[in-house]
Amino acid sequence: MLSRVADSIYWLNRYIERAENIARFIDVNLNLLLDSPIGVTQQWEPLVLTTGDLPLFKERYGEATAENVIRFLTFDSNYSNSILSCLNSARNNARSVREIISSEMWQQVNAFYFMVKEAAQADSPGQLPEFFSEVKLASHLFAGITNATMTHNEGWHFGQIGRLLERADKTSRILDVKYFILLPSVKDVGTTLDDLQWIALLRSASAYEMYRKQGLHRITPMSVAKFLVLEREFPRSMRFCIQQAERSLHEITGTPIGTWCNPAERTLGRLRSDLDYLTIDEIVHVGLHEFLDSLQQRMNEVGKNVFETFFALEPANR
Amino acid sequence: MNLHDYEPGDFYDELFIEQGQPRLDAIPLVDRINSLSMEELQRRQQSAQIALFKMGVTFNVYGDTQGTERIFPFDIIPRIVSANEWAKLEKGLKQRIYALNLFLADIYDEQKIIRDSVIPAELIYSATGFFKQCMGVKPPEGIWCHITGTDLVRDRAGEWYVLEDNLRCPSGVSYVLESRRVMKSTLPLVFETMNIQPVEEYPSHLLETLLNLAPHHLPDPTVVLLTPGIYNSAYFEQSFLAQQMGVELVEGRDLVVSDGYLQMRTTKGLKRVDVVYRRIDDDFIDPLAFRADSLLGIPGLMEVYRAGRVGLANALGTGVADDKVIYSFVPAMIRYYLGEEPILANVPTYLCWEPQQQSHVLANLDKLVVKCANESGGYGMLIGPHSTQAQRDEFAEKIKAQPRNYIAQPTLSLSRVPSLIGDQFEGCHVDLRPYVLYGKEIYVNPGGLTRVALKKGSLVVNSSQGGGSKDTWVICQ
Repeated sequence: MLSRVADSIYWLNRYIERAENIARFIDVNLNLLLDSPIGVTQQWEPLVLTTGDLPLFKERYGEATAENVIRFLTFDSNYSNSILSCLNSARNNARSVREIISSEMWQQVNAFYFMVKEAAQADSPGQLPEFFSEVKLASHLFAGITNATMTHNEGWHFGQIGRLLERADKTSRILDVKYFILLPSVKDVGTTLDDLQWIALLRSASAYEMYRKQGLHRITPMSVAKFLVLEREFPRSMRFCIQQAERSLHEITGTPIGTWCNPAERTLGRLRSDLDYLTIDEIVHVGLHEFLDSLQQRMNEVGKNVFETFFALEPANR
Repeated sequence: MNLHDYEPGDFYDELFIEQGQPRLDAIPLVDRINSLSMEELQRRQQSAQIALFKMGVTFNVYGDTQGTERIFPFDIIPRIVSANEWAKLEKGLKQRIYALNLFLADIYDEQKIIRDSVIPAELIYSATGFFKQCMGVKPPEGIWCHITGTDLVRDRAGEWYVLEDNLRCPSGVSYVLESRRVMKSTLPLVFETMNIQPVEEYPSHLLETLLNLAPHHLPDPTVVLLTPGIYNSAYFEQSFLAQQMGVELVEGRDLVVSDGYLQMRTTKGLKRVDVVYRRIDDDFIDPLAFRADSLLGIPGLMEVYRAGRVGLANALGTGVADDKVIYSFVPAMIRYYLGEEPILANVPTYLCWEPQQQSHVLANLDKLVVKCANESGGYGMLIGPHSTQAQRDEFAEKIKAQPRNYIAQPTLSLSRVPSLIGDQFEGCHVDLRPYVLYGKEIYVNPGGLTRVALKKGSLVVNSSQGGGSKDTWVICQ
C-alpha cells in the first residue's frame, strides 16, 4: 500500500474521531449548564484547555464565554481543530483515496461535511444540542460503514490506529480537565454539584451507563478514573484503545504481539503493557494529572513513530 | 411538444433529415421519445443528472476558490453515428494516429521530414510542445502516443473534419463510460430495440495498452496512474480509471528515483514502478529535466525513462504535434510517411506565420476563427462573426507581433442534435471526441464524448465554457 494512501486513511479516521470528541465536550458542558444551580458560573475555559490551544483562543477571542468557545471549537474555519476544519480535512483525505475506500464511506464523509457546513452557515443557537448529537451519530455511522463495507486490510488497520489513538488521547483529556481543573476546590467534594459533574464526565465519554453496569454503583473520582483509564472492555477507555491499536499495528506488520521490529511497535507495546499491569493506586500515587500528561506524551511518540516507520519513507541513497 | 415538431434549421442535424423525418437509425429513438410525455422526459433528465452527481462524475473549475465540483451538464437525447460513418471514422483515425506516431519517432530522431522540406525546421523548434530533452529517446515498441482523444466536427454538408488531435493528456473518457451507464437506465427500452456498440471495454484495453509498455521479461509489472492531485480538474476521471483498472493512483510525492529505477513509497518500503500513465504535462514531470519550479514531478524520472527502465504513456514530447501550426501539416505527414491520401480532412487552416496567408487572415478577421497555436480548452480565441471591432483590432495587433503563435480557420457551422432545454427541443451544436489507444494494435473505442453547446446559438462546447455532454451511440454493422 502506498504510504500516502495509508497516511490519508489514518488521518481521515483521526479527524472524524476528533470532530466527534469535540462535539462530546461541548454537548456535555451544555447539559451541565442546564443542571447548574443559578449563581454558579459556568466554566467554558477548561473546554479549550483540553484541546491544548488555549493561548491561540485567548489571542483570537479573549474571554471564554459560551458563545466564543462554541464558535471557536465548532465553526471556526481558521482554527485547524474545529469540527468544521476537521471535517474539511477528513473530506480532503477521503477524496485523495476515493478509489481505495468504499464509495459508501466517501458518501458518508461527504454528507457529514455538508451537514456541518450548512449548520455553520445557518448557526441558530437554539438547535445546538441537536447538532452535536448529529455530529456524534454521523461519526458512528462513518465508523460502522467503514467496518461493514471496507475490506479489513492494511488500509483499514491504519484507519483503526488513527481512530483509536485519537480516542485514547481525547478520553485522557476529558478526564484530565475534570480532575485537574474542577476538583481542587475542596469544599465542593461530595456535593450534588460534584456528583453531577462526574456524571457529566462519564456521559461525555458515553460511559455513564456502562460504568453503572459494572457493579460500581457509587460514583467516586477514583473509580471513574479507573474506569476510563484501565477498563479492559469499555471501547472508549484508554487501555482498550491502546490494546486494539496494538492489534491493528501487528496485523499490518505480521510481527507477533509481545515482540517488535520497529519503533512504533516498541513504544505502543510498552504503553499497552504498562496499562495492563498498572493499578489505580499507583496512578494516584504518581498524581492523575502527571500520569495523564505522560500518557499523552507517550501516545504522541507512538503517532510520531507510526509516521516515521510507515509514511515518511526516504530512500537510503539520498 | 413532440420531436416531430422539432425544427432542424439550416444545419446538418445528426438525428433528422428534415422536420418530421428522422434519419433511419434514429427512428426507434425518436418514436420512444415521442411516446413519453414532456414531464416524464424532464423527470428522466433530472434523475440522470442526479445519478451522475452521486457517482461523483464532476469536474473542478479553475479559479474557483471554493473548490467547487460541478457536474458536466448532461442531455438525455443521444447522438447517433451510423455504422457506415463509423467505419470511415475508425479507419481515418487509425491512419492518422499511425502517421502521427511515425512523425514523433522521426522528429525526435533523424528528422527526415525536415530534411525533405515537408515541414520547416523553424516551425518545429518554435512549438512549445517540442522538447529537445526528448531527442534520441526510444520509447518501448516505438510508440509515442498511446492515448489520444481526437476532436472531430461536421459542417453544414455533414462532412467530417479533425479539429484537434489532443496527443498529450486528453480527458473525458470517464464521462463516456458513466453516461452510458446512466443512459441504460434512462432509456432502457431503446437499448433493447437498437443495436448499439458497447463502450465498456475501454478500461481493459487501456490496461493492456499500458502493460504493453513494460519490459517484456517482467512477469508481473507494476502500472500506476500519476495524477496532479485532488485539485486537478480531471481528478475524478483519474481516480475512476485507476479504480477501473485496479492500479495505484499516485501523486508525484509518492514516487522517487532510487538505484536507477522509479519507485513508489509504500508502507512496506520502496517498490519498483514499471509503467506510468501520467496525467501531468511534460514540462512538470521532472524538475531536473524540465521546469525546475514543478512541485508535481519526480526529480530524475527523465534519466530512468531514457535508460528504458520505465514506460510512460503518453511519451514525453508528444505535444509538439498538438501545436495548431504543426496540426496543419498532418495531411502532409500522412502522405509523406504512408504514401496515402488522408481519409479524414483537416479544417482548412491559415498560418499567420506565412505573410500571404497572414494578409488574408487580417483582411477577413470578421469571418474567421483565430486561435492561439498553443492554447486548448477554448481559451485565447477570437470568433470573428461574434466579435467587436475592438476585439478584432486587439487580435490583429497580436497576430502582427507574434505571427507564429496564431492560426485562423473558417467559422464552421457545426452539426446539431436536438436537446432538451426546459420544456423545448432545441438544436444544439456538437463535436465528437473518440478515444484511441495504441498498444499492440490501434483500438478506437466505439463511441466517444459528444460535447454539446447548451447555450442557445453557442459554438463553444468546452466544459470550462458552459458546454455539456451527450451519450454517443455507434450502430453495429
